[in-house]
Formats: sequence, C-alpha cells, structure tokens
Amino acid sequence: MIVLDTVPSGSLLLAVGVLFAAGVYLLLERSLTRVLLGFVLLGNGANLAILVAGGRAGAPPITGSGSGSGSEAEPMSDPLAQAMILTSIVITLALVAFVLAMAYRSWQLHGHDEVQDDLEDTRIARLAVADVPSYADSDSLESGPTLAEEAVTARDEVALPDPAVDLPPRGRAGS
Amino acid sequence: MNLWTVQTLVPLPVLVPLFAAGLALALHRYERVQRVISVVALSVAVAAAAGLVVAANDGPVVVDLGGWAAPVGVNLVADPLAAIMLLVSSIMLLCVLLYSMAQGIADSNERTAPTTKNARLLREALEAQDPDADESGRRDVLPVAIFHPTYLILAAGVADAFLAGDLFNLYVGFEILLAASYVLLTLGGTSERIRAGSVYVVVALLSSIVFLLAVGLVYAATGTVNMAQLAERLPDIDPGVRLGIQALLLLAFGIKAAIFPLSAWLPDSYPTAPAPVTAVFAGLLTKVGVYAILRTQTLLFPSNEKLEAVLLVLALATMLVGILGAVAQDDVKRLLSFTLVSHIGYMIFGVALATQASTAAAIFYVVHHITVQTALFLVVGLIERRSGTTSLDRLGGLARLAPGLAILFFVPAMNLAGIPPLSGFLGKVGLLEAGVLDGSVLAWVLVAGSVVTSLLTLYAMIRAWNKAFWQASTDKEPLPEQDRLPWGMVGPTAALVAVGVSLTVVAGPLYDYAERAAATVMDGHTYIEAVFPDGAPRGTGESNEVTSDAEEDRP
Repeated sequence: MIVLDTVPSGSLLLAVGVLFAAGVYLLLERSLTRVLLGFVLLGNGANLAILVAGGRAGAPPITGSGSGSGSEAEPMSDPLAQAMILTSIVITLALVAFVLAMAYRSWQLHGHDEVQDDLEDTRIARLAVADVPSYADSDSLESGPTLAEEAVTARDEVALPDPAVDLPPRGRAGS
Repeated sequence: MNLWTVQTLVPLPVLVPLFAAGLALALHRYERVQRVISVVALSVAVAAAAGLVVAANDGPVVVDLGGWAAPVGVNLVADPLAAIMLLVSSIMLLCVLLYSMAQGIADSNERTAPTTKNARLLREALEAQDPDADESGRRDVLPVAIFHPTYLILAAGVADAFLAGDLFNLYVGFEILLAASYVLLTLGGTSERIRAGSVYVVVALLSSIVFLLAVGLVYAATGTVNMAQLAERLPDIDPGVRLGIQALLLLAFGIKAAIFPLSAWLPDSYPTAPAPVTAVFAGLLTKVGVYAILRTQTLLFPSNEKLEAVLLVLALATMLVGILGAVAQDDVKRLLSFTLVSHIGYMIFGVALATQASTAAAIFYVVHHITVQTALFLVVGLIERRSGTTSLDRLGGLARLAPGLAILFFVPAMNLAGIPPLSGFLGKVGLLEAGVLDGSVLAWVLVAGSVVTSLLTLYAMIRAWNKAFWQASTDKEPLPEQDRLPWGMVGPTAALVAVGVSLTVVAGPLYDYAERAAATVMDGHTYIEAVFPDGAPRGTGESNEVTSDAEEDRP
C-alpha cells in the first residue's frame, strides 16, 4: 500500500524554496564555478521537490509492501519518485563533471573562468557608439585590442591577476 | 512470443547508436573501424525509422520495456509523429556523419599529418579557430577520437526523446542529447568554443532544471508521468495547477526550441562549432524542442485559449525578431542561425493555432526545415573550406570559381524563403491556410507576419547569395583556384539538398502522413488506446504480452 499523504512536509518545501532561491542567485553570477554551484543547488531543490511528490517521509519504498490487504499492509513510500531522483542525481553528477572541466579549461586558457560577453553584441554596441553603418567592421575602426582579446580580458568578478604571478602553464591570455 | 515483430524496430534507433557509441569509444585507436561502426549504426537507425514510418501508419506502435506495461513501466511509443521525425532526423544525421568523415573532423591522423593538397587550407582553418596557439598547442587541442562516440550518443538521445512515452523518459532523452551536444560544441576546447560553449551550457542546464521541476510537479499533481495517463488525468486537476505545469513545460521546451525571448543564446553559440556540428544542432536540436512542445500541447493540454494566444504572439515575435537579426548579419553562419530562430516561429504558429490542419502544417514544416537548414549549414561549411571565411564582406566571386557550390546554396536558400514549388512554399501555404481558417484577428496578424518574414528571408538569402557568389571578388588576394572540394563532403550535401527538393515531389503523401500524425496526437483517444489497449489503465504493471501469454497457458 502506497501512502500518499497529500499534505506535504512544510520543512521539505521550505528547503526546496531556499535551495531554489540560493541556486538562482548563484546562477546569475559570471564565474562558471559559482554558476556550477548554483546548478547543483537547483538540481538538489528539484530532486527534493520530486521527493515531496512521492509522499510522506519516513516509510521505506518497496520493502513495505506487505502481502496483507487494506489496513494490514505496511505503509511504504512511492518508489517511482525515488527512482526518478536517482536518475536525475546521476545526470546532474555527469553534467557537474563536464562544467567543472569546462571551467578548468577556461582558466587554463584565460586565467579566469568568467562567462564572456557575446562578441557580436559588443561589436554592435561599438558600432552604435561610433555611429557607423552595421556593415562596417568595428575591428578596423580603431587600433587597439580586437574584440576577442577584449572579451577574454574583461572580467567582472575575478580579480585581475597579479602581473608578478605567472599565468597557468598553458595560459595564453593577453600574451 | 515472436521476437521479430514490428515492435522490435522501436527500440533500435536508441539502442543501436548507444551500443555503437560504446564500441566506438573502446576502439578509439582504430579510426577506420570507428567510421564503419558509426555508419552502420546510423544506417540501421535509418532503416528502423523507415520501417516504423510504415508501421505507424496503421496506428501507434507501443513497446513496454522489460515487459512492464504502462503506467508502471516505461514505454516507447512510435506514433506517426514520432516516426516521421525519427526518419528525417536519422537521414540527416547519417548525411552529416558522412560529410564530417570526409572533412576529417573525426580523423586525427589527417590533422597531424595532413595531405599535401589540403595542408595549407587545414593550417588556415586551425589558425582561424585559435589564432594565438602555437603549433604544439594546436595539435593537442584537437582530440577528436571522441567525435564518433559523442555523435552516436547524440543520435540515441534524439531518438529517445522522439520515442519517449512518458515525461521522465523525455527528460532523460533530452539530457542524453544535451550532454552529447555540450561535448560536440566545445570539441577541441579552443578559446572561442569555450566562450560560446559556456553560454550554451549554462542556458541548457537551466532549462533542464526547469523541465525536471515540471516533471516533479506533474507527478505531484497527477501521480503519473506516463503521457497517455497524463492525457486522461490532467483535465481533472485544478486548472490553476494545470496552467502552471503547462507554462513551466513551455518555458523548458521554449529555451530548447529558441522561441523569441528565450532565443538569445542560439546565434552566439551555434556558429563557433565545426560546420557539421553546427549543421546537426541547427537542424535537429531546436526541432526536438519544437517536437516536445507539439507533443505536450496537443496530447496533454489540448485546449487552453489564453496560453495559445500568448504562444501566437511569441511566434510572431520569434519570426520578426529573428529575421531582422538575420538581415543585419554579415557572417553567413550567424545569418543562418538567425533565420533558424525566425523559422522556429512558423512551427510555433502552427502549434499555437491548435487545429488539426495547423498541426499537420507544422509537422510538415518541421520535416522541411530539418533538411533545408542542415543542407544550408553544410553548404556554408563547404564555402568556408573553399574560401577560408564565412564573412560576407570578404567573400565574393564564388559563382565563377565554384558554380556547383552556387547551385547547392541557391536551391535550399530559395527553399527556405518559400519560393514555389519548393517544400518551404508548401509548408508556409499550409500554415497560412490554417491561419485564415482560424479567422481570429490574432491569426490574421500572424498570417501577415508570416508573409513579411518570408519576404525578409528571401531578402536575406538573396543578399547572402549575391555577396558571396555574385559580386566581384573584393579580396585583395584571390581565392585559390586549384583546390577542389572533396567529393565525400559535396556528396552528402548534395544528397540533403536533393532530399529537400524531393519533399516537393512527395509532398502529397507526406502531407497526408502529417495530417494522420496530427490526427493521432489531437483526437485524444488513438494514442491513449494504443498505450492502454484494454481501455482504462490497469495499473498492475503486467504487460499485455505477459497477460495474454498467461491467458493462453490457462486451460
């Protein structure tokens, strides 16, 4: 007998809300590592929400399905919700590993892991400032760093590296 | 129990590429074996999908995985909609695979020891990818033995998403294809791809979480994630909750399908990937999102006029904003990415009208758009290989140097713009007809918007064709004369262009099929009866085969 308590546990719901709020806050950051932490929190929040959907906490899944009928059967939690959570935990784990690798690669290349601006947006913004037609190539407007170099070196959150400290072994930014 | 029934075909498009991916990864040292494995696996997928298209014509083919029937078990459902999507996407995946093999993206030997004929072009391409890498750095940023396995996993994920009979399996299918797409988009880990990939990955992660949360809410509200059972139960739940779930699902799928306010990530991230990868993403990934919207809007939430009005407005905004973006671009890849966003609007238009005729037109349009958009991106890959750039300012005079290429670009470009008698025209006419039949003010506005978008598409494509092929070469240094494009790349491109043209020839039967597909998802009982043949879901978890076997055993 699956026990489906339609009144969800308040503390679990509160936890879901807190996880989502913190997760969204972190997701809005620029640094990939913080975005990743936000994703982990959001993932846990969503998993917890599914767990709440599976019924009241406390009863074990599957093992509780006594052969007795009606009120004699032991209460059990809904195993399907837990199976879904298990799947999504595995998926989240794999994606976290990938994003970590990507953040590391970004640090290798540029010395930071900030999500960079869309080059085209920057190009159009520059053209708008210079007030020239859209088919002009903004890189040719002025001498200075190209858009790609600028995007790499621009950062909001991570402190600029101390020039005395060497970049990581294969870092090529700005060199 | 007969093993070789038509139901055997259903899991094949998922399982064969998945197993082949493992095999290809294990044999990563043997390039040729990898290639053979990939081609055979995707060919099997094409054959299975073709079989399913025929089989699904008589009604949805349902497979209970592991002998556990819905709603307890997981089932795969190949209804006409899923089957036709599966067939088109498998053909497209196979063509792009052949193209990429010829390009040598999957072949690290050619990278490190290029043939003399292409050595200069290859070096230029590498320099374009990563200008400030030194020679040794360049070699080790291209670990491409991973390409084939990842590509096969992408194929499996796409097939799983199409065939999924429950929402959670759809989520898993999405995750499989997205995870593969992350790897493909950041292939080689060059500076440019990491930059574009970060945005793509973060946006996709967010949409996945939204989807997962929606699945959780669906389960909390209805106690099931099986689509057929949901179609029965959702009408009974509180309308506010239903609206919330519907909006959340639309949000998740809308990010994947790149509907207007959620589409900003697309034009920046797609063009940086290698040409075949961009072609697959543009042709397929957004369409999986559109498919998911189509499936949920028709089967699970058959009528909700308020949200349909919102969708119509969004479709209009997607069309116009997308195409205006395309007109402003001076890079062919980015231009095509914007037209991709714009034409998603047509499909959403069809879905949002929510009549059988409009849904059929939307399905036809998806089929048309997958082939045409992929073909265009493959042609751009050829242009890039031939001339070393995709910037319209630098291109020029290609019509004289490569007349074949000019034709290969022109045909799908006109097809996209909707010039009669090509399939783009037929799809658009279907949509306009459905819009006129609907008759509401908003539908008429959409009809006008579609026509304007179509004209602007024509303008954008003609402008691109003129600048790239027709105008005199603007570059100081003339393009190399002697380099011929490899037939292995031209062949699959030409094949896809031909498929796009032949859609016109088979438009009658195809449109009939699309109408049957629309009828199956919209009539509200065919799908459900196929999943639960005995009427109401029994909920015992025993598959029909087990039950019937048991009944046969009984004296």
